[in-house]
Amino acid sequence: MNGGNMAELASQLQALEDITAAARQAVAEAKDNRALDDVRVEYLGKKGKITAYLKELGNVGVEERPVIGKSVNLAKQEVTSLVEQRGKALTQAAMDAALKAETVDVTLPGRNSEVGGLHPVTRTLQRIERYFRNIGFDVAEGPEIEDSHHNFTALNIPETHPARAMHDTFYFDADKLLRTHTSPVQIRVMEEQQPPLRLIAPGRVYRCDSDLTHTPMFHQVEGLMVDENISFTDLKGVLSDFLQAFFEKPLKVRFRPSYFPFTEPSAEADIECVICGGEGCRVCSHTGWIEILGCGMVHPNVFEHVNIDSEKYLGFAFGLGVERMAMLRYGVNDLRLFFDNDLRFLKQFS
Amino acid sequence: MKFSEKWLREWVNPNLDTEALVEKLTNAGLEVDAVEPVAGEFSGVKVGQVKTVVPHPDADKLRLTTVDVGEAELLSIVCGASNVREGLKIPVAVIGSVLPGNFKIKQAKLRGVPSFGMLCSAKELGLAESADGLMELAEEAPVGADFRDYLNLDDVSIDIDLTPNRSDCLGVAGVAREVGVLTSTDVTAVDCSEVKATSDKTFAVTVSASAACPRYLGRVIEGINPEAETPVWMQEKLRRSGLRSLGPVVDVTNYVMLEWGQPMHAFDLDTLNGGIQVRMGKAGEKLTLLDGQEIDINPETLLICDENAPLALAGIMGGEGSGVTDSTKNLFLEAAFFSPDAIAGKARSYGLHTDSSHRFERGVDPELAQQAMQRATALLLEIVGGQAGPVTEIVSADDLPQPAIITLREERIKRVLGLALEAEEVSEQLTRLGLDLKRENASWQVTVPSFRFDLSIEVDLIEELGRLYGYDKLPQTRPQGTVLTSNITETETQLERLQNLLVDRGFYEAVTYSFVEPKLHALLAETELAPIKLANPISADLSVMRTSLWPGLMQALVYNANRQHDRVRLFEVGRVFKGTLDNIEQHRQIGGVVYGSRQPEQWSEKERTVDFFDAKADVEALLAVAGGDIRFEAEAHAALHPGQSARIYKDGKAIGWLGALHPKLNKPVDIEGRVYLFEISLSAVLQSEIPAFTPLSKFPAIRRDLALLVDDSIKAGQIEDCLSKVDSDILKAFQLFDVYSGDGVEVGKKSLAVAFQLQHGERTLTDEEVDALIKTVTETLEQSVGATIRS
Repeated sequence: MNGGNMAELASQLQALEDITAAARQAVAEAKDNRALDDVRVEYLGKKGKITAYLKELGNVGVEERPVIGKSVNLAKQEVTSLVEQRGKALTQAAMDAALKAETVDVTLPGRNSEVGGLHPVTRTLQRIERYFRNIGFDVAEGPEIEDSHHNFTALNIPETHPARAMHDTFYFDADKLLRTHTSPVQIRVMEEQQPPLRLIAPGRVYRCDSDLTHTPMFHQVEGLMVDENISFTDLKGVLSDFLQAFFEKPLKVRFRPSYFPFTEPSAEADIECVICGGEGCRVCSHTGWIEILGCGMVHPNVFEHVNIDSEKYLGFAFGLGVERMAMLRYGVNDLRLFFDNDLRFLKQFS
Repeated sequence: MKFSEKWLREWVNPNLDTEALVEKLTNAGLEVDAVEPVAGEFSGVKVGQVKTVVPHPDADKLRLTTVDVGEAELLSIVCGASNVREGLKIPVAVIGSVLPGNFKIKQAKLRGVPSFGMLCSAKELGLAESADGLMELAEEAPVGADFRDYLNLDDVSIDIDLTPNRSDCLGVAGVAREVGVLTSTDVTAVDCSEVKATSDKTFAVTVSASAACPRYLGRVIEGINPEAETPVWMQEKLRRSGLRSLGPVVDVTNYVMLEWGQPMHAFDLDTLNGGIQVRMGKAGEKLTLLDGQEIDINPETLLICDENAPLALAGIMGGEGSGVTDSTKNLFLEAAFFSPDAIAGKARSYGLHTDSSHRFERGVDPELAQQAMQRATALLLEIVGGQAGPVTEIVSADDLPQPAIITLREERIKRVLGLALEAEEVSEQLTRLGLDLKRENASWQVTVPSFRFDLSIEVDLIEELGRLYGYDKLPQTRPQGTVLTSNITETETQLERLQNLLVDRGFYEAVTYSFVEPKLHALLAETELAPIKLANPISADLSVMRTSLWPGLMQALVYNANRQHDRVRLFEVGRVFKGTLDNIEQHRQIGGVVYGSRQPEQWSEKERTVDFFDAKADVEALLAVAGGDIRFEAEAHAALHPGQSARIYKDGKAIGWLGALHPKLNKPVDIEGRVYLFEISLSAVLQSEIPAFTPLSKFPAIRRDLALLVDDSIKAGQIEDCLSKVDSDILKAFQLFDVYSGDGVEVGKKSLAVAFQLQHGERTLTDEEVDALIKTVTETLEQSVGATIRS
């Protein structure tokens, strides 16, 4: 290799180095992937500057060729690698920028409309129904405009019975009335079906009475179980279990003798006051007990009215006030709130 | 039944304090409603006597008195009561006394004059609700005695809320008998032995209505002292039972009623003509009652009459003209057994309810009248004096209730109560109740005494056994019975599903009254529906049965709108009442009201008030649960906007309505802005079909869109109907996805864009098949609705 060639080689390598340097700068300055691609094409493309330089190898002497070839390859590798790295960095930066731009305030509320709520009476009825369905009771219904036969006579409340006066009945005429309790549903079911029977009958009932603690309409759930061997101790068992399940507490339950024309023996069930735990408070009139439902063994006269053999079959029936259960369960202190339909009230049960 | 505890303890005195006694009664079914002290809390009050009264020098209404309270010196007390007078005995609160409300009596000056105590009224001592003047004590009241001791005021009134079957306890004697049984304590009855006649004066009695009045006792007492006063002990017992003193004769009859449960009546003998007739009323008869009101007698009413006219409503209330007055000298005393059937409901039919009717309609011991007559005579002779004649008694033995004889089976006791009771226990308990038992194999023949007229069948006795054993001591068991089968009907949608659906769509559930205001109802109901009216509504606002859920929902909406809720969505499930009384339809409906902005106010979406299609979306969601062929037809409803009112049909049957409240109703119902209402028959949306599977196609579906140009009057529904009729295996679905009118569309026309989904079950569709179908569709649309394809 002569001196002239050496000088030529050096200048060639210098030129390559200049191109590579320019490429390095261009890569570093590429603002985005498109610009970077332009740089890649400018230097590494088919007509790129480094590629072109490689094509000029033909003009170099055979001896210098490997030297320059190696340098060109190194330069090519370097630039390729730089482009690649820069590309990754740019992609990452673009992603970062996009993510940043798309960042939202996740604490802002969602766009969809609100979810409403069931009336507390329905909520309470659903729990009661679920419980009794689970122990094999059916749900029955009956008309709200009733006749006096089903509302009274068939329930062993004859025309002149004082209990009729106690019922504060809404009448339409001498016979048709708004049912004063859900008990007529018992009669309607027993008129159609023979025992064994297990049913509850939830629904609206009406009494001509309106003051702080009475509304002219309210809800009851009637229950009836008739089979060959149903006794008063079964009544106590079923209702105690239910009351404890409803309030989800091992409440004390007390049964007291009472009187209903359609049951005998009749009882009233009290629960230990859920507000004060039996200590005595305003809600339980300082007795520690709250009257919660009426119940008893189906009266033989009732069975007679529906042609069920009272010698063969025995049964128990009960009736409970749904609003009262809801008031105790949720701590509602005014019965009338149930029928105002004030959204501030309804929203508390959603 | 309200009575003094001390009175009860004169009869039966178990070793129980008040609280334990009350609990015993309540647990035995005689529910104690209230226990109230018979006087306020006070101490140091004495019985005093006014010695002198002089006017106060500086005050017109005050007087200066000197009062003897049994001490060495008289007390000077300033008094403002108008009834203060010399010789009067009164309760005196001396210095150091404490009156109710922790009011301490100290020496005071009234208008410059020192006063050493206070003369008291009944109200100031918590003995009465109100008082006008000092409490006047009997002449024999012992001066200086402690006032509480004198009137026995450390006592309570016990008020028992008796069930209708236990009218045997509507007298202290009955309650005492019950307490005796419950506590195994002896009962001491007052003496009711015969009071011998001291005159032979009688007054004739005839009973023509013997079924209604199987027993009637009368007695004349002549020459009573009209000046006599009721003794303090009797007044106090009456007061503690909630009765006012009305003069000694009436007080005695009331006292005997409270003591024994036997209502009585006293007539002024000098007002009676001929004889007493117990008979049914006659049409046209009138009677002026003790309370002054004149009534027209209903012929089914049992009356006590004399020869001339009705004197009293038997067992209910006496008449004004024949009653005892301040000047009555001669009495005719009545004690009778009126049959419950004859009295029940009668008082109510005259708008009356008396202590007497309360007892007779529930039942009185048919054997009690004689005892009561003797007791009343003895008390009257003691208090007002006079000469008693012999008792006249008219009895119709055939009409008297016969003592029940009941067979009680051991096995039945076990079946009903769920617990086998020992035979000895059964006979012991029932014997304690006063029943007579005869053992026969595994049962008893039980004879019931006349005072337990509520016991007539076997289960009555079983209830007594359970009660005496103690309901609380009976075990609790889980029923043993047949395992029942039950259906799980898949086509029956649970109501909960629909309620939850609406809740999830932002609705709150309302519960409104089934009776509504007639005016509001008329505004919102379908015109042809006349509501069923209540005969005795609680108020005019709640007097007709709803035929629609809308009146109640609208009221609830207005209520909330008036309380700053500008977005309200409510629904209700309940019965509506249609038809006439002879043919009532009472079916359940589900209805709703939609009002205000579409969404709660928020940061991201522009606020928009709800429109017809928002409400329709809710309704469609409800209807989708049960499925079926659903159609909305533009039909008129009196309460709805004529251009935004749809009747809903399912499988060809009308099932409900959806629409905007008619703008003319905004003002009458008092609401601003658009209100959307819907109501659907619940049964229509609770019945669905069981799904039937069709295999999924493996071949691609093709979508073709068509833009149709139709007259404005053509409804989307017509196009859907028309497309539904296209008979094709490959047309799987179509969907209207755009409605446009305006620029580029001829006036009077609109453009509808419909997407068609086409697919074959077994192969890929060819272009020819697709084109052929689209051709059929376009032709059908052109023929039936005049649609042209917009290019």
